[in-house]
Amino acid sequence: MSALNLLIAVSAGYVLVLFIVAWGAERAAARGRGGWVRAPIVYTLSLSVYCTAWTFYGAVGYAARSGLEFVTIYLGPTLVMLGWWIVLRKLVRIGRRNNITSIADLVSSRFGKSNTLAVGVTLIAVIGTTPYIALQLQSIALSFGAFSGGFTGAPAEEVDVSQVAAWSALGLALFTIVFGTRRLNVNERHHGVVMAIAVEAVVKLVALLAVGVFVVWGLSGGVTGTLARIDASAIGQWQMQSPRWVGITFLSAAAFLCLPRMFHVLVVENEDESFLRTASWAFPAYLMLMSLFVVPIAVVGLDLMPAGANPDLFVLTLPLSQGREGLAVLAFIGGFSSATSMVIVAAIAVSTMVSNHVVMPIFLRTSGTGALVSGDVRAAVLITRRFSIAGVVGLGYVYYALSTGGAALAQIGLISFSGAVQVLPAMLGGLFWRGANRRGAIAGLSCGFAVWTYALFLPSFGAGVVFSEALIETGPWGVTLLRPQALFGIAGLDPLLHGLFWSLALNVGAFVVVSLATFPQPLERLQGAQFVNVFQQTGGRVDLAGRSAQSEDLMVMAQRILGTDEALALFRGAAQAQGLAGFLPEPDAQFLERLERALAGSVGGATAHAMVSQITGGASVSVEDLMAVADETAQIMEYSSRLEAQSEELTRTARQLRSANQKLTRLSVQKDAFLSQISHELRTPMTSIRSFSDIMRAAPEMSTAERAEFAGIIHAEAERLSRLLDDLLDLSVLENGQVNLNLREGRLADVLAQASAAAALGEDGKRLEVVVAAGDVTLNTDLDRLGQVFINLISNARKYCRVAAPRLDIRAWTEADGRVMIDFVDNGEGIARDLQDVMFEKFSRDSDQKAGGAGLGLAICRQIMARLGGTIEYLPGRAGAAFRIILPQTASVAAA
Amino acid sequence: MGRHVLVIEDEQNITAAITFILSRDGWDVSTHANGVDALEAVQARVPDVLILDAMLPGRSGYDILRDLRAAPDLQELPVLMLTARGQAKDRARALEAGATQFMTKPFSNTEVVDAVRTLGGL
Repeated sequence: MSALNLLIAVSAGYVLVLFIVAWGAERAAARGRGGWVRAPIVYTLSLSVYCTAWTFYGAVGYAARSGLEFVTIYLGPTLVMLGWWIVLRKLVRIGRRNNITSIADLVSSRFGKSNTLAVGVTLIAVIGTTPYIALQLQSIALSFGAFSGGFTGAPAEEVDVSQVAAWSALGLALFTIVFGTRRLNVNERHHGVVMAIAVEAVVKLVALLAVGVFVVWGLSGGVTGTLARIDASAIGQWQMQSPRWVGITFLSAAAFLCLPRMFHVLVVENEDESFLRTASWAFPAYLMLMSLFVVPIAVVGLDLMPAGANPDLFVLTLPLSQGREGLAVLAFIGGFSSATSMVIVAAIAVSTMVSNHVVMPIFLRTSGTGALVSGDVRAAVLITRRFSIAGVVGLGYVYYALSTGGAALAQIGLISFSGAVQVLPAMLGGLFWRGANRRGAIAGLSCGFAVWTYALFLPSFGAGVVFSEALIETGPWGVTLLRPQALFGIAGLDPLLHGLFWSLALNVGAFVVVSLATFPQPLERLQGAQFVNVFQQTGGRVDLAGRSAQSEDLMVMAQRILGTDEALALFRGAAQAQGLAGFLPEPDAQFLERLERALAGSVGGATAHAMVSQITGGASVSVEDLMAVADETAQIMEYSSRLEAQSEELTRTARQLRSANQKLTRLSVQKDAFLSQISHELRTPMTSIRSFSDIMRAAPEMSTAERAEFAGIIHAEAERLSRLLDDLLDLSVLENGQVNLNLREGRLADVLAQASAAAALGEDGKRLEVVVAAGDVTLNTDLDRLGQVFINLISNARKYCRVAAPRLDIRAWTEADGRVMIDFVDNGEGIARDLQDVMFEKFSRDSDQKAGGAGLGLAICRQIMARLGGTIEYLPGRAGAAFRIILPQTASVAAA
Repeated sequence: MGRHVLVIEDEQNITAAITFILSRDGWDVSTHANGVDALEAVQARVPDVLILDAMLPGRSGYDILRDLRAAPDLQELPVLMLTARGQAKDRARALEAGATQFMTKPFSNTEVVDAVRTLGGL
């Protein structure tokens, strides 16, 4: 079997094992039997995705070139893990609480769910990850290439390494698609993948340790021999470069947090916060084991391998050169597993960002509304995710294909780190500084990314590829201040440190300055509080910074509800009472109580309590609180609706009062008119009486005839007076309803006959012919009152009917419903139209006539008829004056 | 022939009483009983004194008086206004309309005679 075929078979077999492991873990997790899948040690091992092919192969190369400096790459993560409760704990807590899916999601969430930021971080991730994936593909290709010399004694074979890289990329993309997008979980956890990565961690550790053991005990004669070799080698002579050590340690620590794949395994795949406790010692231990034999391998490799041999491949070539094929294949598998784990996790992490923050927003916008059914979105997300994975891995392959034979592996790794680290200020700032805001984060990221691109990324392709040598030497347009590797005149610095320093300095500077100069939006404020105070929300102790932040929040809320002036006065007063300057008092119980009371005046007690509690975080808002808020709102609404009803009623009452007042005014006017009228009606006859009695007294010489005439006048006027008074009294009694009806039964014809006998002949001798057609109608009513009405109508006809032979026709009949109808129709001229309207009112009379009445007759008739339960009305359009009386055959007592 | 008094009054008996007492005092008394053509009656034979009832059928005494004062030759005519409504506002209304004197019914005969004498310049 040829070496190449063997390697391909081994690789395929290894990948098959990974498939089985991943599949088994998924199944176990799905069936709920996967306790072992969620063990802290699995989590710890999955962190080993930090150790890529670059670490596996490259660390030895790094040591061969720069001595112990490679240790810094392990030192950074070790420090982060040892100090896990400072940053990691917070990061994991926030990530779990907010269902964070990627580092881009975290930064975007913190800064008001800004999609701009998400896209920016995604862009950095893609640009930073692509060369790194290329690096892994290259390492796989190179490791295949190392076997091209064949095993010792075997014939040499031609190996097309780029084809190997292509097949590897394809296989990795497939694996990632299969296990990275099987399900679409809110929490984005992939048990199968994590398990596979953990297995790979063990494989690469075992492989490296095996090579190390072989080198120390098989080639150098044990520990002593190895130490002697190291002392003799150049590595032993390397001096520590402090700035570079510090710089790279910091860089690797930052990258450990910021690299998309690290964030993914650290935060997104974290099952339990407590796993961090285990990982905090276990992972540094793992890293220590990984680095244990790096120096011996490098030293022995430099000793034994021919000059010019690539130290990056010593791990592989050293056993190979010693004829240890088995060990070499194991080393090959270790390197292969390092590369694959990195590519798989990086592809998942970056594709999540690309699909969530770039493709999906565009898809949702272009597909019109967001009113898609969830199934559609799910399918769309999965498809997007799969294409993104293929795209990310494909991009890495393209980068690899274009840059074959580029810079050393380690250098690409560090530059990639520096790019990823640009997210650090925004991330840590968002975690620890409430003043950090979106504009600041965007400004910092943009500056840092721009400087990184200019000073590190583009020059890394080598002089003459993107930047000309002249540009690197003298700066663009000869501006030396802008030389990519000596910005602002600071020359002589290590290019990596230089680029890292400037990119982060400008990044942090812009972030801080812009954050201070601009104001966050409400959502940012809210998220800021939640992120920074994530531990206080579970009732943890409130530290001083948290307290002043709370006061600020309380102030903002109070301003909204009470208005700026009142809120300021309240806060300033409380601060003064506490002996503090400014307007932010300590949120102690007393102040909170006062504030609640003040707010309660505007929004109700329960709402005020809920709002204050929400901010101070002392107690979460309970269901009872919410119910109380709802009750309060309902009460306020009811109260306001009651107020509304009251105001409506007031309006109605006012309207009624107004109308009553108008009526009273009208009545008052009527009363005046009535009094005036009475006065007139009384004074007129009195005038004649007084005048003639004076004459008779003062003129005794008058004749008997004269005396008789004057006495007659006095008598007539006196009668008129008493008649008037009778009528007035009668009317008053009728109008007040104090009349007593004297009900009895009688024939209508009899009543009519009596009335016409009394009224048909006037005192002036004028006679009215009355024709009665009453049939045989009997009535049970007040016959005297009814007769009074008849007399009134008959005498009116007599008085006003000015024809030669006045005649009144009276016709009576009974309706089917029992009502009695009586029509009075004379042969006169009728009644003038304008008088018809008012003739039933008091003191209305035909003014042209000297009829001697005061105009009360018809008014009395109307009142009597009303008392008898009937009506009297004028019938217009007849030949003469026509009245109709309608009354019930039997008057009810109630009608009285 | 004595001086002339015109009585415009719709109550027959009151007219009779005034006619009797003023005739006996030597006045030439003529009468008119309604408001509609009262102005014409005045202009037909302008009296020395006019006695005018406030409430007349057809037209109120106030209206007649206002028209009367509008005629240039009647502006100085002495007018005694009679009313059966004894309120203060009736008095004011009468004087405003141009009455020379105002008297409330019932009146004493001597009052009327004295007033007419005064108005007639006797």
